[in-house]
Amino acid sequence: MTFDKISLTLAIFIPLVGMGIVLLIPKKNEFATKVTALVTALATLGVGVGITARYNIGHEGLQFAQNKSWIPLINARYEIGLDGIGGPMLLLSMFITVLVMIYSWDHFPEPASPKAFLALMLLLEVGMNGTFIAQDLILFFVFFEIVLLPMFFMIGVWGGPNRKYASLKFFLFTLFGSALMLLGFLALFFKGGHTFSIPELTAMAQSGDLDLAKTTGLLIFGGLFLGFAIKVPMFPFHTWLPDAHTEAPTQGSVLLAAILLKLGTYGFIKIAIPILPEAFHTWAPYIGGLAVIGIIYGSLCCLAQTDMKRLIAFSSVAHMGFVMLGISTGTEFGMNAALFGMFAHGLITGMLFFIGGSIQHRYHTREIARLGGLLKQIPKMGWLLGLCCMASLGLPGLAGFWGEFPAVLSAFTPAEGLSVPLFRTYMVIAAVGTVLAAAYLLWMFQRVAFGEVKDEFKDEHIHDVHVSEWLAWTPLLVLIFVFGVYPDLLFKYFATPVAALFGAS
Amino acid sequence: MIDSVFLTRFLSEGGGEHGGEAGEHAAEAGHHLGEKIDHLTSVGPWFLTHAYLIFIIPTISYFLILFFGKKLPKKGHEIGIASIIAVLGFAGMAAYQWINQAAEATIYGQSYTWLRFGDLKLTVGTHIDGIAVMMMVVVGIISTLVHIYSTAYLKDDIRYTHYYAALSLFTASMMLLVVANNTLQLLAGWELVGLCSFMLIGHWWEDKANSNAALKAFFTTRFGDIGLLTGVIMTFFVVERAMGKGSFSIIDINNSALSGKVGHTLLLMTALALLLGVMGKSGQFPLHTWLPDAMAGPTPVSALIHAATMVVAGVYLAARVYPIFWEGFNIGESGINPMIVIGGLTVIAGAALAFVQTDIKKVLAYSTISQLGYMIMGLGAGAWTAAIFHLFTHAFFKALLFLGAGSVAHSGSHHSFDMKKDMGGLRKKMPITFWTFMIGTGALAGIFPLAGFWSKDEILANAGNSGYEAFVYVGLLGAIMTAAYMTRCVYLTFFGEYRGHHHPHESPKAITIPLLILAVFSIGAGFLNALPFHIEKFKEWVEPKGAFPLEGLVSGTGKFITHAEFHWSDAGIASACGLFGIFVAYLYYWKKIGLINVTEKNKLARAGYVFLEKKYFLDILYTDIIVGGVKKQLANATLWTNDKIINGTVNGVGKLVAKIGTFTYENFDQKGIDRVVNGLGSTSQGTGSVLTKVQSGKLQRYAILLFSGVIALALVVIFINR
Repeated sequence: MTFDKISLTLAIFIPLVGMGIVLLIPKKNEFATKVTALVTALATLGVGVGITARYNIGHEGLQFAQNKSWIPLINARYEIGLDGIGGPMLLLSMFITVLVMIYSWDHFPEPASPKAFLALMLLLEVGMNGTFIAQDLILFFVFFEIVLLPMFFMIGVWGGPNRKYASLKFFLFTLFGSALMLLGFLALFFKGGHTFSIPELTAMAQSGDLDLAKTTGLLIFGGLFLGFAIKVPMFPFHTWLPDAHTEAPTQGSVLLAAILLKLGTYGFIKIAIPILPEAFHTWAPYIGGLAVIGIIYGSLCCLAQTDMKRLIAFSSVAHMGFVMLGISTGTEFGMNAALFGMFAHGLITGMLFFIGGSIQHRYHTREIARLGGLLKQIPKMGWLLGLCCMASLGLPGLAGFWGEFPAVLSAFTPAEGLSVPLFRTYMVIAAVGTVLAAAYLLWMFQRVAFGEVKDEFKDEHIHDVHVSEWLAWTPLLVLIFVFGVYPDLLFKYFATPVAALFGAS
Repeated sequence: MIDSVFLTRFLSEGGGEHGGEAGEHAAEAGHHLGEKIDHLTSVGPWFLTHAYLIFIIPTISYFLILFFGKKLPKKGHEIGIASIIAVLGFAGMAAYQWINQAAEATIYGQSYTWLRFGDLKLTVGTHIDGIAVMMMVVVGIISTLVHIYSTAYLKDDIRYTHYYAALSLFTASMMLLVVANNTLQLLAGWELVGLCSFMLIGHWWEDKANSNAALKAFFTTRFGDIGLLTGVIMTFFVVERAMGKGSFSIIDINNSALSGKVGHTLLLMTALALLLGVMGKSGQFPLHTWLPDAMAGPTPVSALIHAATMVVAGVYLAARVYPIFWEGFNIGESGINPMIVIGGLTVIAGAALAFVQTDIKKVLAYSTISQLGYMIMGLGAGAWTAAIFHLFTHAFFKALLFLGAGSVAHSGSHHSFDMKKDMGGLRKKMPITFWTFMIGTGALAGIFPLAGFWSKDEILANAGNSGYEAFVYVGLLGAIMTAAYMTRCVYLTFFGEYRGHHHPHESPKAITIPLLILAVFSIGAGFLNALPFHIEKFKEWVEPKGAFPLEGLVSGTGKFITHAEFHWSDAGIASACGLFGIFVAYLYYWKKIGLINVTEKNKLARAGYVFLEKKYFLDILYTDIIVGGVKKQLANATLWTNDKIINGTVNGVGKLVAKIGTFTYENFDQKGIDRVVNGLGSTSQGTGSVLTKVQSGKLQRYAILLFSGVIALALVVIFINR
């Protein structure tokens, strides 16, 4: 069927074309701009829904795959395809973009310029969607880098007071990692398989044809590790994140938390580990160590925060620690947990940033100490915040639990050859992290939502959740519930590709 | 890893045959005592095989109240009450059907796939046996009475609808926990009841003290959940060791623990971890400190959640996967074990604190802690049935006492719980409340023939029978203390002169009728297992008949559960202890005989009093030292490290690169690279006028320099490596 051939290409090109149209619409015609952008995003999501409907869960290998010559000079090919690892993330990326656009409808950050803002958002979608379907390392790299630019401008132009510093730091820090990652890709080409195709490299690694010296493998993995670990971000490469999140406009924060951070973990699961399983094995204890340090460290930093958005940002460091812990165990359990955790964190932390942004929009402050009595003044917002805090701290019945629990479980018996006592120690540390998560989230909730409204806002009339917010948030909230109650809806997509990861090795 | 000590005839060569035989029996006529049960039976009496409904009904009720409650004439309580009566009816029918077939040993239930990791399926479903049915009935009865009671007690409350929604959610979560057929689902229910507890303790969250109490409860139980989480994970691997494939199924866990194929270390670690979870949830010393604070919630909630049902979830968990504790702690060997020690400590530590309270609810809260101690002590002594029997009777009389205290506050002391300031002499004004409270007190103190007498005596008799004599004395001491502090409580509340400033009167029917019903249970519940009258119904109905440390199911020479016989002499001693406690307290309070004012005269007594008044300084240790230290010093130190050291390094490197960049730019690249840079710059400037403002051109320079620098460096590394 034609749809199967062109659907993934459409997922990249619809937003690209949409961006072009948005740029052509005169700046004055704001409404047309908004409608075009939203329709584009919806059309892209429509393609995504079609892909999901036609996706064959039990099928091994890539679906909707295309493989065309692209830049023969450097052996780069336009090789795309989808599996159960990239599929859910692709859909999430399309989905979140639509929701962010709905939210933006009457929440454009200052200086108001919907045209530029929406055009960048569509460009961002190109990059995000492309990353999850690229099966060629150079193509992957291109999309991975495309993402940087719009986010840089989003923070740099529409950000808070410290936006210049934050955007520059975000850009350079990530670029630094990307450079090493690209180097790793090149080394894989020249020293390894003389191909950039991810499926081919993976197959070679599994059959033992990828003949790399041990040190070379370790070094290449190191390069990829830095590229991906900065994006995740893992301790101690995380310092760009709180600044970027805090300064970014709400939309930027949501996209950053929901999708961009996952590019890193996705890279580990999709590229680094399958192609370099032996090097990963050597690196795994250190990755696991950094992951659990991240959990505790992120949580402690959260406890010391006075700024709500910064607190949520640091909570991402802690949560992505659970994801990385799952990955580092090198087990099916761990990978499943990591994939679920990525998705769940996208929903929940995305939602938290939405709410944080809306609170800032209303009170013009993010200072936890100045807020209070949210449940009195805007009760619906208050309860939603409470719900998201519960989801974030891993309450069973909500999506967050299914990323956390299996990740902790997977550390009990790590992959063969890894130190069992070490990973069991990690398990206990991670379990302690769940208590700290409860602590920082509920303390924040207590200070912001309980008690009486502070005097300075007592007489102000503050709107509770309004229509565009309900429209943007309800789908997220529903998914947080649905995946919490029936996680298999998502887990079933992971089963086949994750099993394939461990199939031959 | 197979521990040779635990290798058995049962599971080695003869095991296969034996197991096969049991399987055939199961197909024909159900199991009998001492036969291994290794599966759930999905066909059978309707209410037992459709038990999932008991948690679905209140779940639907929760959402209905949440979305439509405020618009209804009764503000949502009509939905709540209708659903809880349906739940109670369901539980009643289930109990009826269970009792009808109790002679056979079958576990009813279903499993549905919840999620899968590769080819490993995790299930969700029901596991209906005697203890599950018993809990369904207890939760159903107490929750129904609390629903009715609350219509009067919380009349005109600002969050009335919210309150009823939370009650429904609680009932649903508790039932989810009760019927769970695997530990993962049990964990889910466990966390959800914790959430409800949090919501209801903080019901009046305008007051910081209330929200603090709610947070404290959540954090403390969550601390225990470190153990629960790791323990549940380890149960999965216990099964993996014994059966080759991991599972959270309760039947599999219990059979695996008893199989002798699992190394003792793993069982011990699992038991210890789970015990930590049990301690947090069931208020065991020293993690009990949240429970008295939880009294900040509405009183009916204290009765339902913090006395009768949620706090016994820990005891329930321990009873559910008892073989883990039995084998892990070697309970059958009569040696000292962590479980019995914690339980015994809690009995005394809780009871002692009940003496120095002026708040009637706190007296009852510490009493609850102490009674939960009895249950854990009983489990630690191998007295499974007695401990669960005590759980059963305690639910009624403690709920009765709490609701009685609520009645006093509602109609006698004008919403105060201070016995010394606002109560006294209420027995004449509130006769129903007084007499039902007296019955509750008698049952708690273990006065013959009220409910507590039978269950407490059974715990002590079985502890002695299993060789834990020392803890019999602990229990007897606890009995004296219990009787004494309750006498003090009754004296301060109902006797002497009225010290309040209002007009006390009897409570409305919605409050007194639940009290009367509970009083009937507090009198009668004990007769379900009244050994001297040859009644052992509770044991017959509730004690598991397979997958449990029974004769024939325990591997090798391992000990199995035995039951003590009833001796009037022992029961007499226990009763005498209770009466002695009452008598001493009577002399002290009514006759003013004894060590009156001793705490003011004697320094040592004074110190003891302060030690108790400060709650063993545990709150200071936890709140100020541990939590305060983490929250302030440790968190701030971490943030400082983050901002100064890690971020400082990043910024330092950044500045260095910028300096190198500027230097390179000025000296080498002005002509060459600059053209490329400007070309790039003008492209991006085309995207919009706003963007140009941010663009100073510096970025591209940094980026390109950084990028090429990194690549150059790395190429060098690669070449050297070659």
